[in-house]
Amino acid sequence: MLRDVMRKTLRILGYSIQYGCIAHCAFEYLGGIVVCSGPSMEPTIQNSDVVFSENLSCHLYSIRKGDIVIAKSPNDPKSNICKRVIGLEGDKVYTSSPSDFIRHSSYVPKGHVWLEGDNLRNSTDSRCYGPVPYGLITGRICFKIWPLTEFGFLRASPNGHRFCDD
Amino acid sequence: MAQAQGFGRRYIKAFFKGFFVAVPVTVTFLDRVACIARVEGTSMQPSLNPGGRQASDVVLLNHWSIRNYEVQRGDIVSLVSPKNPEQKIIKRVIALEGDIIKTIGYKKRYVKVPHGHLWVEGDHHGHSFDSNAFGPVSLGLLHAHATHILWPPRRWQKLQPTVPPERKPLQNDQE
Repeated sequence: MLRDVMRKTLRILGYSIQYGCIAHCAFEYLGGIVVCSGPSMEPTIQNSDVVFSENLSCHLYSIRKGDIVIAKSPNDPKSNICKRVIGLEGDKVYTSSPSDFIRHSSYVPKGHVWLEGDNLRNSTDSRCYGPVPYGLITGRICFKIWPLTEFGFLRASPNGHRFCDD
Repeated sequence: MAQAQGFGRRYIKAFFKGFFVAVPVTVTFLDRVACIARVEGTSMQPSLNPGGRQASDVVLLNHWSIRNYEVQRGDIVSLVSPKNPEQKIIKRVIALEGDIIKTIGYKKRYVKVPHGHLWVEGDHHGHSFDSNAFGPVSLGLLHAHATHILWPPRRWQKLQPTVPPERKPLQNDQE
């Protein structure tokens, strides 16, 4: 009787470890479902939208300009941020807000990216804390799942003027 | 013939079953609990790699102890390099967030480490690419805590957190 219970417990434990590990690998290397909160990516992603993020392109270093990525916040590693990549290393970016009369620009240092929210008026991003190391990026958002009316790939940036083409 | 086929099928099935258990468990263990790594370069002399080029140390990297991003001053940690994300660097934590540190050759003479950041330095000043070159690093880049030297056997030891006395932070928030 006791041996039966023991055997059952061990089997359940083994299965939970196995599936836990498979889940960890899937979430770490393939991707997962993420609920976004906060106004910084409006109108592309509204508050509490559900999106699918894939992590392969981040591990393969194939993040491109214009992608929306999930990264660890540079000031608080336990929280995540969701922003659009405006410039990769070596790119020229505008560091000033669009309302400023004089445009300041600078170059993104090696190993870093420049992240900005689509809602330029209400977003804490690289304009506030500077370029973000690439190592903080954890995933790339590829499509939206919820609400169902907007199911599909995400829109291009509404702030095309923020990209520098040289 | 039919028996042989049945045996082959069973063998393949068992192989795949084992494969799907072993690979995820191993990957998760290496990602979350601990892994080993070889230290290259001279930036941590004399704590690591004292012999120079010919003898490189193998260290145990503990991922579990930093799962909440808790480190002490003096710990040896590995980080994703802020300048090259494909590379990991191994350095000593000199100052935590809120500390004021006197720098060696950074663009500012005194730096207050910002919230969520660390100041890391190699033990071999002048031969180390560390916070004196790239500034404070974000805690999110933290990879693991080096706790033991495993190889070569005569150097087997636990790595103690030690801050060189001349590199103590000038002021910290707790005091």
